[in-house]
Amino acid sequence: MEIIALFFSAILINNFVLHYFLGICPFLGVSKKIDSALSMGLAVTFVMSITAAVSWAINHWILIPYQLDYLQIVSFILVIASLVQLVEMFIRKISPPLYQALGIYLPLITTNCAIFFLALMAALKNYNFIETVIFGIGSGLGFTLAIILMAGIREQLDLADVPEALKGAGISLIVAGIMALAFLGFSGMIK
Amino acid sequence: MDILVPILTMAALGLFFSAGLVFAYKKLRVYEDPKIEIVSEMLPQANCGACGYSGCRAFAAAVVKGEAPPENCPVGGEEVANQIADTLGIKAGEIIKKVARVHCRGTWNAAKSRGSYLGISTCFAAHLIGGNKQCSFGCLGLGDCVLACAFDAMYMSEEGLPVITEDKCTACGKCVDACPRSILDLQPISQEIIVFCRSEDRGPIARKVCKNACIACGICVRACPDAIILENYLAKIVDFKKIDPEKIPDIEKCPTDSIGRLKKENER
Repeated sequence: MEIIALFFSAILINNFVLHYFLGICPFLGVSKKIDSALSMGLAVTFVMSITAAVSWAINHWILIPYQLDYLQIVSFILVIASLVQLVEMFIRKISPPLYQALGIYLPLITTNCAIFFLALMAALKNYNFIETVIFGIGSGLGFTLAIILMAGIREQLDLADVPEALKGAGISLIVAGIMALAFLGFSGMIK
Repeated sequence: MDILVPILTMAALGLFFSAGLVFAYKKLRVYEDPKIEIVSEMLPQANCGACGYSGCRAFAAAVVKGEAPPENCPVGGEEVANQIADTLGIKAGEIIKKVARVHCRGTWNAAKSRGSYLGISTCFAAHLIGGNKQCSFGCLGLGDCVLACAFDAMYMSEEGLPVITEDKCTACGKCVDACPRSILDLQPISQEIIVFCRSEDRGPIARKVCKNACIACGICVRACPDAIILENYLAKIVDFKKIDPEKIPDIEKCPTDSIGRLKKENER
């Protein structure tokens, strides 16, 4: 039961983008079209789930037994960077157009604070292995949900009569803020 | 000695992950011809898609493979085509310089309005409900084409028609795709005589809704029967090379001014 609660709270309540405001760079950068937003979300979900598992293993089998907790940050960065390289190679091989569409934002997953935050948060809260992985998948899906909703709204925004000064980044940030307000409504549903 | 533990740990982790990546690289490597990069750098990097590929890089890949001729990049023109051809050791074909042309003279004064349009301010949206002018073929005047132009080669005149600065136009075709009514198309820059109307209405109806509509009277056809025909109540230039330069004044006798030479910007 607790695991289900953890899963849904990672998606809806503690949504990384709309609650913690992490990972805003790809959230604004790749949310112009729904299909590339979906691919970005899935790439982030993949990296997040694997990062959660691998960083848990490193943390509990290597860092904690040898009292090397202070190496958490640098070793998690290593994990994330390697995984992103792997995903990049994989996408380039499987789908060159998708590789083009994601562009610079794909290698930038490396520096996506959301993924790093996930690894640190899981270590901080002392989740066990299953909880960590569920937390990772849930957070990834939460990111995917947020970026797809954003892309849907931005596709509609193309037809809206936006004041000249707010076109582009301005209106996107306002939309993100309103979405965050809406998601605030979920808080308190699961303790 | 304590310092060795973290150093060795990090080194071991780093080695482990790099070994994993090396293994993955062997499996997932994508071979890319280095010539693609060289050709890509010669292209204008406008990524406009006029060549029919999704961007300059995709076009470069096609040229290197021999799927596309180097002269297909209208933005780069002759210079870039020859440069690429030299690099790859192939021959560039002849280039006909084209520009976008506007085929409507339905200014706010000339074309009768259907009422004031207050909807979404794009031609695409206005076209869905039949447009703002009584003529159902003419320019809607809301400037989708101007927004589409990546080269700053178009502007909306005060009379409500797009004007093309032919020096800047690269014939990428973005405006042609943007126009819901196909008012624009690409023509060789050497073509002097242009039909300024798209109306397929019969003469009396066309004349009623717009002062500058082609009414299919046939004056231009009588001047140059080889080059101009009437099709769907509209003059159509079949082969502009057959237009006799001496007959141009006869063609310009058009009673509604819907065929003739493009007025230069300073003559407006």
